[in-house]
Amino acid sequence: MSDLVRRTASELADALSAGETTSVELTEAYLDRIAAVDGDVHAFLQVDAEGALAQAGASDERRAAGRAAGPLDGVPVAVKDVLTTKGLPTTCGSRILEGWVPPYDATAVTRLREAGLPILGKTNMDEFAMGSSTEHSAYGPTRNPWDLDRIPGGSGGGSAAAVAAFEAPLAIGTDTGGSIRQPGAVTGTVGVKPTYGGVSRYGLVALANSLDQAGPVTRTILDSALLHEVIGGHDPLDSTSIDQPVPPLVEAARRGAAGDMKGLRVGVVKELTGEGYQPGVQTRFDESVQLLVDAGAEVVEVSCPNFVHALAAYYLILPSEASSNLAKFDAMRYGLRVYPEGVEDPNAEEVMRATRDAGFGDEVKRRIILGTYALSSGYYDAYYGQAQKVRTLISRDFAAAFESADVLVSPTAPTTAFKLGEKLDDPVAMYLNDIATIPANLAGVPGLSLPSGLADEDGLPTGFQILAPAMADDRLYLVGAALEAALLDRWGAPLLDKAPALAGEARKEAVR
Amino acid sequence: MTAAPALMSFEEALERFDPVMGLEVHVELNTVTKMFCGCPTEFGAEPNTQVCPTCLGLPGAMPVVNEKGVESAIRIGLALNCSIAPWCRFARKNYFYPDMPKNFQTSQYDEPIAFDGWTEVEVEGETFRVEIERAHMEEDTGKSLHVGTSGRIHGADYSLVDYNRAGIPLIEIVTKPIVGTGDKAPLVAKAYVAHLRELLLGLGVSDVRMEQGSLRCDVNLSLKPAGEERFGTRTETKNVNSLRSVERAVRYEIGRQSARLADGQSIVQETRHWHEDTGITTSGREKSDAEDYRYFPEPDLVPIAPDEAWVEELRATLPEPPREHRARLQKEWGFSDLEMRDTVGAGALLLVEQTVAAGATPATARKWWLSDMARRANERGVDLADLEVSPADVARVQALVDEGKINDKLARQVFDGVLAGEGTPDEVVAARGLAVVSDEGALSEAVDRAIAANPEVADKIRDGKVAAAGALIGAVMKEMRGQADAARVRELILEKLS
Repeated sequence: MSDLVRRTASELADALSAGETTSVELTEAYLDRIAAVDGDVHAFLQVDAEGALAQAGASDERRAAGRAAGPLDGVPVAVKDVLTTKGLPTTCGSRILEGWVPPYDATAVTRLREAGLPILGKTNMDEFAMGSSTEHSAYGPTRNPWDLDRIPGGSGGGSAAAVAAFEAPLAIGTDTGGSIRQPGAVTGTVGVKPTYGGVSRYGLVALANSLDQAGPVTRTILDSALLHEVIGGHDPLDSTSIDQPVPPLVEAARRGAAGDMKGLRVGVVKELTGEGYQPGVQTRFDESVQLLVDAGAEVVEVSCPNFVHALAAYYLILPSEASSNLAKFDAMRYGLRVYPEGVEDPNAEEVMRATRDAGFGDEVKRRIILGTYALSSGYYDAYYGQAQKVRTLISRDFAAAFESADVLVSPTAPTTAFKLGEKLDDPVAMYLNDIATIPANLAGVPGLSLPSGLADEDGLPTGFQILAPAMADDRLYLVGAALEAALLDRWGAPLLDKAPALAGEARKEAVR
Repeated sequence: MTAAPALMSFEEALERFDPVMGLEVHVELNTVTKMFCGCPTEFGAEPNTQVCPTCLGLPGAMPVVNEKGVESAIRIGLALNCSIAPWCRFARKNYFYPDMPKNFQTSQYDEPIAFDGWTEVEVEGETFRVEIERAHMEEDTGKSLHVGTSGRIHGADYSLVDYNRAGIPLIEIVTKPIVGTGDKAPLVAKAYVAHLRELLLGLGVSDVRMEQGSLRCDVNLSLKPAGEERFGTRTETKNVNSLRSVERAVRYEIGRQSARLADGQSIVQETRHWHEDTGITTSGREKSDAEDYRYFPEPDLVPIAPDEAWVEELRATLPEPPREHRARLQKEWGFSDLEMRDTVGAGALLLVEQTVAAGATPATARKWWLSDMARRANERGVDLADLEVSPADVARVQALVDEGKINDKLARQVFDGVLAGEGTPDEVVAARGLAVVSDEGALSEAVDRAIAANPEVADKIRDGKVAAAGALIGAVMKEMRGQADAARVRELILEKLS
């Protein structure tokens, strides 16, 4: 494998700016890497070699003319298949959108293009972002680069695996209940869910509008900060986007890397540790907290008593919004169209029914049914209405906790990556993966996951979650970078260096 | 096809039952762009040319509220004496229909922008107060064209959908139950819609062209036995799209429902289709009170919170209230109470006002609209305002008469031409050669011939019986095929016989 693909995005940006490499060379290296290993990993649903190389060529021309569009101009990126890309198919991991080519770019994608990042392709995901393992993709699961028999997390398993397998230096994910952070945790990568409204949702095919948020998926904290600054900021096309400047994230990441955490109050959330968390996950978490203390931070225990209701509230709000969002997939205007078998001259309703039956997977149908029920007249108050009240209580818990702590921390996911198929027949067990990540979505606060090491019992990556108040995303980077530096110091090399070489890679090198 | 239902005579029905009405009026706003995206709203464009990812409901697209739409909604609310919500939200109304791109309509549910208002309408000199339940914002759907004998989605061979209309801002204005109107119910319903139209035009927020669907009315009607308190079961007759039809639909439903009730049958709660051509309603879908639209707050939009200062600013832009407006006009125009009532009753108030603004005198404007135009509208079965003659046309025709270029008889032919789409009044005059003969030589010769042909009449005039000139004028006009200025003919006759 080319040495280039193992470098961080920030290093690549420096190399480009120093003229040591070109965007075309970089993009080709990543395309080669994808060709070599993606047969094993299946992180991509769509690779756009032609488009990426054209953008890379344009980037090189800009740079040669002294007009680089920004620090990441020329550094390739992969995009989760839930964001629309003009001229490039967007499936959301669903059969129902098979073959649909959007006529417009999501705002986040527009910003990537404007900043000069060549788009390598679209990454795999659980269908319509419903899942925690990427096994619910209609196009087959993505595999965890650490162990191909295990899940890469979900729903953004494709983006996390692509970055972990060095198929892309950067990726965009989306996080509705943990879909950026949990895959980050189980693949040993960094993932950030920004403050709700911090990154435009225009062009993000909605799972649950009030919870969805796009964010960076990378290998380092600094890389996430760089990418976050590209995609963040107000967008008039998204009414829920916040009309305030993005706080200085790159600056925070650089400051944090210096390692001085004096005066920082770190709150350990009582309800998000202990029982239910795998011992190796808990051990790595406790060690990381100690590293922050060693760097000068003060640790306090905080209680967020309503977090225990978060999962229940989430599984009412999400399906409710999703059931309505997914109604538009009716075979009338775009996407799949299936005619019912044995019906002569079917009418529109019959075609809608047959298409939705064939086009949606079981998990999607499950949530449509749940949401339709929860919104039904006579049940609305008991379910959707009640869930919204719980949401308010959770926001209050956060507000109270942030009185005594500058950031809150927890393990990102209760376990390391489980085996493919292990939880497929037990939806509730699957849902429990997101127990620690969901509260941030319900309250709209930002969260970050970074690798905290490998669990002793299985040698698989564990994740450390940092949460901050709304619009204080910079704190995530400050604390994340400090912890990352301390851990790196301890390990002596990036965690991903310990990941096994992929068979595809071995094959390819043998050929060479 | 079932047999036409029995109807009770209107008079008998009203003796036995009290009608209760609820009117829901949908108004398309005349904003330049749609409610949630930047697409143009112009009527009549090629199908599916005024669309974008948002109004087509493409995956990932998001709505952004049109501030002008909110402003119009607030102004309408204020003009209807409503309270304006200091904070309200949009909601999704979920149901499947092919002309609805997202399979939910972005509307308002339990938090309308305007609520608890009232307005007054006049019918035959009597004032009726109509309570307004609410006025809320929503988006229009696309327009389906079902091709096939049924004309409806069921049984169509195929259907075409035009999404140009999808996302056009609508305000739905809902009355509280209107009771106690008795035999005036049909007229009150019509007068209410006419009144709304006048009010909305005055506000400048809508074109209110019923024939183009920019003002649509659903008529809810139930009957209760005379004197009883409890309301009966209602029907909702959809898309009653002319003033005339509003009156007819109320009248028809009164007749139909009373016949059923008198026969011991019950009224089915349902939506009914209005048939403009036959003037009847037929059963649509059955509708329970709790049709489940699974409303919930639209999560892609932030709440609307108009601040008080803005609302007051908008209140200051309201035109004169209709009652004051009418009183002022009546005074300015010098109309008698009866003349004014007839003008309002014919739905001609605004037309007369606009015709006067275009230069005609109030009396001539009223004359044209209430006689000739009213007759033409009636013949065509359309509302006066929907006649393809504009107030400016009427004013121009009258000006031509005043200038002596045409006379009243020719003026009617000019209107024939305008209605036939032959162009402006001036173009019709030119194309049809309708100008009166002003060639004095030809006129003078015609007068001479008339005098020669009617010596006895001529003698009477010579003897001072000027009134007899009418017969000679008639003869001259006949010879000139109407294209002469009668006043000038009269002058010539008197000159020659003096």
